[in-house]
Amino acid sequence: MEKNEIVRLVKERSGTDARKCMKCGKCSGRCPAYHDMDIKPHQFVSYIEKGEIDKLMQSKSLYTCLSCFACVERCPRGVAPANVIEAVRQEVIRQQGGNKIMAETVPSMIDETIPQQLLVSMFRKLNK
Amino acid sequence: MKFSYYPGCTLKTKAKELDLYGRKSLEKLGVDFEEVKEWQCCGAVYPVSRDEVATKLSAVRTLASAKQENAKLLTLCSACHHVLKRVNDDMKNDDNIRLKANNYLGLDEPYQGETEVVHYLELLRDYVGFDKIKEAVVNPLKGQKIAAYYGCLLLRPSETLKFDNPENPSIIEEFIKAIGATPVKYPFSNECCGAYVSATNKEIAVKKSTKVTDSAVANGAEKIVTACPLCMYNLTENGNKKVPVYYFTELLAEALGVKE
Repeated sequence: MEKNEIVRLVKERSGTDARKCMKCGKCSGRCPAYHDMDIKPHQFVSYIEKGEIDKLMQSKSLYTCLSCFACVERCPRGVAPANVIEAVRQEVIRQQGGNKIMAETVPSMIDETIPQQLLVSMFRKLNK
Repeated sequence: MKFSYYPGCTLKTKAKELDLYGRKSLEKLGVDFEEVKEWQCCGAVYPVSRDEVATKLSAVRTLASAKQENAKLLTLCSACHHVLKRVNDDMKNDDNIRLKANNYLGLDEPYQGETEVVHYLELLRDYVGFDKIKEAVVNPLKGQKIAAYYGCLLLRPSETLKFDNPENPSIIEEFIKAIGATPVKYPFSNECCGAYVSATNKEIAVKKSTKVTDSAVANGAEKIVTACPLCMYNLTENGNKKVPVYYFTELLAEALGVKE
């Protein structure tokens, strides 16, 4: 089934083993974007283990995760929830029509203060 | 000891002070460094997904170029440091990525993660020494209360970055003491500023940066220092606007008497 293959790919790309999660919640407890997430970091790990990829691919958390790696740092089991979130985001933006930002819109965002680093980071996170 | 200095895109455009004062201070401190020839963008974000190879190649080119110069790779921007250090770790420890990257690049000699990536602050601490800096200071920033802001990219994941204690870092506080000022302790020095999400969801960046700047002010900070242009942007544009933010190199240059 295609869905199972996506789950397998996401697990592989994340490089982590969701089964090691012992549900302590330290990842979500430390997450600075927790209140802006519909599916929380610890839930990403359990959803992927249950194969609920559709919900994850539609989650707004894919775009509110700050990639700060605080969850990765705090996890006592090396599960790295941020890697799962990134792997799902990749699955979404690699599909035809999945880009969340287009190259043509970037020039209009440039102003006196915005650093190149911000624009390049944003573009590479949200466009393939 | 020779350092290959990697400035990256933002230090040549929006963060010129970080670069200029960084170089002036290195000259004053007698550090042997040379800018990487024909450097390329580091990639800005580390490609976390294990199947990403192409997005790591520009970082590998820079790392291989430092190896050719027989130098350590010196970084200043937090994001560049983060990406180069993590890609280097992949080239050292991930057989799959190392094989594919080398197959593509076809270098004279395969790159296997030989280069040591050193952040400017690590250079000050481990190669120059804060004691030496204290001796070199001609204009101590006496009485100034300064809050260190680390953000995320220098510290995490600590397993690879090995920069400082990720939960209770002290390297910037040690730096602040070395230039004669007083470090301010506050709880959000390693909290995220809102990062690149500020471009698509400003509200989150405002919340995050306000939390950081409010806490710094509440604990008595008159200034905040950072090493990251993105943190600088968010704390300045999306923070409480009650506390000025400086690049640490600007204060270093001031203390060393090389700021014009």
